[in-house]
Amino acid sequence: MADTVQQAMVALEGAPAAAGDGGVLRLEGVHRIYRTGEVEVHALRGVSLSIARGEFVAIMGPSGSGKSTLMNILGCLDRPTRGRYWMEGTDVSTLSRDELADIRNRRIGFVFQSLNLVPRTSALENVELPMVYAGVPVPEQIERARAALASVGLTGKERSLPSQLSGGQQQRVAIARALVNRPTMIIADEPTGNLDTHSSEEVMEILQRLNQDSKLTILIVTHEPDIAHHAQRLIEIRDGRVRQDARIQDPRQAADILASLPEEEEAIGEVLDHSEDRGSRAESQ
Amino acid sequence: MKYWTILKIAVRALNRNKLRSSLTLLGIVIGVGAVIAMVSLGQGAQRLVEEQIQSVGTNVLFVTPGSRNIGGAQMGAGAAGTLSDQDIEAIIRECPAVVAATPMVNSRGQMIFGDQNWAPQIIGTNELAPVVRDWKVAEGEFFTDADVRAAARVIVLGKTVADNLLQGVDPVGQMVRVRNLPFRVVGVLTPKGQSMMGQDQDDIAVVPYTTVQKKMRAQATASIDNAMVSTASPADSRLAQDQIAQLLRQRHNLREGEADDFQVRNLSDVAAAAEQITTLLTIFLGSIAAISLLVGGIGIMNIMLVSVTERTREIGIRMAVGARSGQIRMQFLTESVSLSLIGGLIGVLLGSGGAFAISRILGWPTFVSPLAVSVSFAFSAAVGIFFGYYPAHRAASLDPIEALRYE
Repeated sequence: MADTVQQAMVALEGAPAAAGDGGVLRLEGVHRIYRTGEVEVHALRGVSLSIARGEFVAIMGPSGSGKSTLMNILGCLDRPTRGRYWMEGTDVSTLSRDELADIRNRRIGFVFQSLNLVPRTSALENVELPMVYAGVPVPEQIERARAALASVGLTGKERSLPSQLSGGQQQRVAIARALVNRPTMIIADEPTGNLDTHSSEEVMEILQRLNQDSKLTILIVTHEPDIAHHAQRLIEIRDGRVRQDARIQDPRQAADILASLPEEEEAIGEVLDHSEDRGSRAESQ
Repeated sequence: MKYWTILKIAVRALNRNKLRSSLTLLGIVIGVGAVIAMVSLGQGAQRLVEEQIQSVGTNVLFVTPGSRNIGGAQMGAGAAGTLSDQDIEAIIRECPAVVAATPMVNSRGQMIFGDQNWAPQIIGTNELAPVVRDWKVAEGEFFTDADVRAAARVIVLGKTVADNLLQGVDPVGQMVRVRNLPFRVVGVLTPKGQSMMGQDQDDIAVVPYTTVQKKMRAQATASIDNAMVSTASPADSRLAQDQIAQLLRQRHNLREGEADDFQVRNLSDVAAAAEQITTLLTIFLGSIAAISLLVGGIGIMNIMLVSVTERTREIGIRMAVGARSGQIRMQFLTESVSLSLIGGLIGVLLGSGGAFAISRILGWPTFVSPLAVSVSFAFSAAVGIFFGYYPAHRAASLDPIEALRYE
């Protein structure tokens, strides 16, 4: 099935950019080749797909499959070597570095696996960061950053430094930062990679809520099937190609899972959060 | 993004690593401080020399007798005795560019008053000396041309002599003995302080030159040791120099091609030479200090490179949330320029303070010139930009993906 889609997309190649087909994102025959010295790495070998506004998509695949490369291109951090990428009707594949930076700033929010935050800088200042580059006036920056932190349940943690926050709390600060510039989509790369079950579900709950309430397009890259099944659609990548692209019939609801987790486990989860956080910091140093 | 915001981010980043920032700062502080202290010392010396020359006056010429050739042996300058008081009178009379001229006949001798005695420099001169040498009379008055003509035994004392010899007695009208000749004190000069060679300019006693010639020498002679001539303005001194030379050649019957048996020296030449030396001194001291500023700049570059590497991940995050390359470059450049400017500011304060302290402790005059301050401050900013640019450029040209992967 994937092959026929791909062929249909290949047939479209060369046709004028068709906007307004409902797709926020549309990739057409995207290749990405890295050259390191003599070696050529073909990370993506002709990916074509379309993602509509308001979709919650999970991208899965083993390491080396090209899923990170795909995410980098979808997130405008990288440009395809060949092929086209339309984002909300704009052909992004031809834009300059600075134009890509502006698109990331205004239309995309990022959440990474870990070490998401600028160290020794308060949660509030971390959340203000995208607005600094967008040129938002300072009083408005503070107001919006506070509101964003409140929406992820971190009221009262504005002055905390990343090292004073648990792993789950850090990810929530990162989500607040991702949504503070009112983007149309959020891209999360292994957002629960370093978290225990409880914190993972908290993060997924926020992402699901943003998807449902604010109609934000959400892309998550993960290798955990449990996490991927919170999405409405699952794209599997292998060897630089789309292997499977399917709708998830009954997505897991993080809010329900959280409610079912016992009370005491939550407390243990918090403790675990801290120890794990300390561990990951030690690793990074 | 406003400059204010960039500055705020930079200051925060520097604050995150206070010890490192302040050590880097120290390099610039020492560099700028050294430049300012050294240039201030040099300029102080320059000022001092200028002031000394000004106190004599750049409109003053010195006329000295030339050397004499006895049987092939050249004698030292001034040995000839070729200059007479008539020459000086002729200069006053016949050289239009000359305002006043005064002969100098020097002597030394013990002076006695009561049970005190003192040995000052004794200067024989004429009544025009106050004009030419810029002497002012504090008490009494200077001797007159009548005293000069009569070779009168009158004396004008310098302040040091008056204080040491008369010790509180009102000097004017007192009789003092010079080499056992009685002299009447007619005046006391206003103190002039030390000369640039550290000589006490007030340790003098002034008498009519005729008195020295006729009464204080073993043999009465008409020759004088030298003369000082003043012109209306420094611009006239060149002209006066030529007129005097022409007149003296004529009076001494020197033929065409024969060497002068006198010298006319212009003080502005001396001033120019002195200024050249002190300027060289200033440049020399300043450039040695500038090397330490350069080393401070290399320190900034080193730290900024370390900082860029260390904060690769932070740069990645900033780029992911929408920082343009230019904004990243600006941020790091602002950090290095802030370092160098703050260092420059502290350096200016310390350097000026150091210069002031040196002048206080060593009694060496210093002059903190606004030029030196602004130049070294601007130079420190330039150091920040120059040595900060490469690290900032490296930060800005990082690939966001690579930067995000860095841990």
